[in-house]
Amino acid sequence: MTVVEAIFYLLATVLVASAFMVITARNPVHSVLFLVLSFFNGAGLFILAGAEFLGFTLILVYVGAVMVLFLFVLMMLDINLQRMREGILTYLPVGAVISFILVIEMAAALSAGGGGPVVGGDSALGGPEAGNTTLLGRVLYDQYLLPFEVASLVLLVALVAAIALTLRHRPDTKKQVPGQQVRVRRDERVRLVDMPSETPQKTGGGEEGSA
Amino acid sequence: MIPLSNYLVLGAILFSIGVMGIFLNRKNVITILMAIELILLAVNINFVAFSQHLNSLAGQVFVFFILTVAAAEAAVGLAILVLFFRNRRSIDVDDINSLNG
Repeated sequence: MTVVEAIFYLLATVLVASAFMVITARNPVHSVLFLVLSFFNGAGLFILAGAEFLGFTLILVYVGAVMVLFLFVLMMLDINLQRMREGILTYLPVGAVISFILVIEMAAALSAGGGGPVVGGDSALGGPEAGNTTLLGRVLYDQYLLPFEVASLVLLVALVAAIALTLRHRPDTKKQVPGQQVRVRRDERVRLVDMPSETPQKTGGGEEGSA
Repeated sequence: MIPLSNYLVLGAILFSIGVMGIFLNRKNVITILMAIELILLAVNINFVAFSQHLNSLAGQVFVFFILTVAAAEAAVGLAILVLFFRNRRSIDVDDINSLNG
């Protein structure tokens, strides 16, 4: 067993174990943290398979953004944990049977198909002359430019949708309107009154009290 | 170099764990969303493995787009979840029955 294989098996074992903990953890916060662990291991596997850019993207985008979003939502919601755990034993046989059938089917599909001939391939997965990120960028901005732009549109729509769904205007809260604050003029806020000048009193309050 | 079948078996196991997670956590929408993320990770591992096997970058570009769509899906899904919790004070799947007539 070479070093690369040892790393692969280590990452794969931790990945499967943490994925199993994600679906069986009692506390949803622990589930999210185990999901973070499994994404780290998945990123390691990506890097092992020669996709460095995707590995780092997985860590940055998934662990940095999506999982933190999950944690935020989980902390904001006041979830009744006892009610969450009620049905897990009743659904366990169904889930086990279905996933067992899935594993059998996939194993059959994997063992049936032999290693076919390698078709196509641009024979460019990164090497000493140009790294994986450079080549992926070349392909992405050249051959897949239109899907790339459509992907940005998808992100924009998701951004607008998420804000539009969760934004709410509560009538009982006071809030600032910056436009009106900027537009305000002097005579709307300051009023000059004409009154006679006063001279300060010579005796203090303490002496008056003792007299 | 790791053979392709190792990656495929790992992807199959991960996919099955994700499907089992959807069946196990029938109460909790957040855990179902996390199981969907696991399934997407399994698919991504398959894509990257085939990209290495076929010596083509198309698989990695696909993973890129899957990551994009998954991020969008998580954002909109969690927004719907927050909205649902705000209205019903619960995220139980059994409580999502307003449309069943």
